[in-house]
Amino acid sequence: MARVAGGERHELGQPVPADWEPLPPPRRRRRRFTPMRPLRYLILAVLAILFVAPFAYMVSASFQPLAQMFRLPPQWIPDDPTIANYTGFFGSGRDIGRWVFNSFFVSTVNTAIILFFSSLIAYTFAKRTFPGRDFLFLLGLATLMLPTEVTLIPNYVIMKNFPLLGGNDILGQGGHGMLNSYWGLIAPNVASVFGIFLLRQYMKSAVPDELIDAARIDGAGHFRIYWRVVMPLCKPALAAVAIFTFQFYWGDLLGPLIIISSSELYTLPLGLTTFVLPNRSLWHLIMAGSVLATVPLIVIFFIFQRQFVRGISLSGIKG
Amino acid sequence: MRREWTAYLFNAPGLIVFLIFTVYALYVSFTMSFHDWPLVGDAPEFVGLDNYRDALSDDEFIESLGHTVYFVVGTVVPTMALGLGLALLLNSQIRGLGLFRTAYYLPTLTPLPIAALLWTWVYNSDAGLANYYLERLGIIDEPVFWLANRATAMPAVIVMNIWAGAGFSMLVYLAGLQAVPNELYEAAEVDGASAWTRFRRITLPLLAPTTFFLLIINLVGATKNFASIFVMTNGGPPGPGGSTTTVVYWIYTVAFRFYELGYASALAYTLFILLFAFSFMQYRWYRKRVEL
Repeated sequence: MARVAGGERHELGQPVPADWEPLPPPRRRRRRFTPMRPLRYLILAVLAILFVAPFAYMVSASFQPLAQMFRLPPQWIPDDPTIANYTGFFGSGRDIGRWVFNSFFVSTVNTAIILFFSSLIAYTFAKRTFPGRDFLFLLGLATLMLPTEVTLIPNYVIMKNFPLLGGNDILGQGGHGMLNSYWGLIAPNVASVFGIFLLRQYMKSAVPDELIDAARIDGAGHFRIYWRVVMPLCKPALAAVAIFTFQFYWGDLLGPLIIISSSELYTLPLGLTTFVLPNRSLWHLIMAGSVLATVPLIVIFFIFQRQFVRGISLSGIKG
Repeated sequence: MRREWTAYLFNAPGLIVFLIFTVYALYVSFTMSFHDWPLVGDAPEFVGLDNYRDALSDDEFIESLGHTVYFVVGTVVPTMALGLGLALLLNSQIRGLGLFRTAYYLPTLTPLPIAALLWTWVYNSDAGLANYYLERLGIIDEPVFWLANRATAMPAVIVMNIWAGAGFSMLVYLAGLQAVPNELYEAAEVDGASAWTRFRRITLPLLAPTTFFLLIINLVGATKNFASIFVMTNGGPPGPGGSTTTVVYWIYTVAFRFYELGYASALAYTLFILLFAFSFMQYRWYRKRVEL
């Protein structure tokens, strides 16, 4: 008997002819290794638990008193959840509010600056021809190979002796220059090689040359083309670069550690390390602070997740 | 080509900062490496090649090179392998793809210093998750002092970094896999190629650019990884053979704890030359295989 969805008569109410065969269902992508599927889910699930567990524990512990954290077995769901760790963290006598502000300020400003200048440079590399272009591009890629250590120390000296900032005279003497100020955390970062590379790849594949030519014929200048034509088409790549950049500066430890000396200019992660003390670390407060320092990144990621994943798939990975 | 000047104008801000904080910095660092240059106090004093001579006989520096290689290889290889494995498992019409993807990516969203703090607690000898569950599973008999033990400190730091990094490699590999045309697999299947052959002959070669991209990003990231050492072990435990002092940590220590900027610059330059030679060889090796 021929099978028809919904019964044995087709939609016009006629009896189904005996030799009638339904159209084969649209060919779906074949599933491979069918016998392995349960095993596959098992592996994925076990790994997922291992990946999420430390994170879940951090959240759980942030609602537990310190004494409870030392009790075994570990409590995954607190018996008696308390927000005392959070209030204790803000009331710990350190400039927590300032640290949160500093982290947001430095990460946001750096991200905005880097997004703007990196995409501007990427545009010239992807869509313009000018003498020296390939040299500049290779030079940029070469700096990826440059170990941080080599520029770390001279940059400290250059920032300290930067003219006319932080009480320095025109020769860069007398004050602390860019050190121990927002300048030091922001000024050296105008463009990121990684960002330029990712955006260039994306522009090459996602922005048709004809569109730019058409805009040229309409009389648009290069900045206008970049801002009005290219940028709107690059949102996924921009989202990816924005997330990476924000994440990098939000979690950077070495930079603030070297540049900042007054505690009111600490970023949140740097400030949190001051809660680690030999044999008497304030683990309950650290857990609350850690959750606070992670939540913004998770929120940002989920807002831009779609664009972010698209941005990654279309750039960087295909030469 | 009229109006080329705008292209240079667009490049100018990035170029100026690059000239100051990279090119000029390299020059300053080079000069400093020939000086005894204290962080505070006395004026710098020219010492010629002394710093480099010291660098080559500095046991802690040479050991730190070994620790960096240990850390970088130990972190990058498993991170990328795990990322690729997860991506392959996820790239086959898995139900709950979004959920799994989020689970593996969650650690990557945790800022590295925070992840390091969290794992310092995971490795806590009294109440940490690691000791408790490993004892329950019968893998260890008594609590292990993971971060204070010479044999386990580096592996412990490495495990944390794999946890924190695999999600990124997975995400990029997943994107790469989705660009592999399905017809290739179907044709190979018709020709009777086994799953392993399909993986070797189709998946891996087509993922080569992705692998190259990830290799660079992960190598760069691991080489300059400072936060996990600073937070978890402070370069310790002390003593020969098992400490976690990597090059970046040792140079930081020499410069900002011992205040010897000149000597630290010489160490950095020595590293730079070594890395340059290594990258050059790697590039020549890879150029034959991948169209960049």
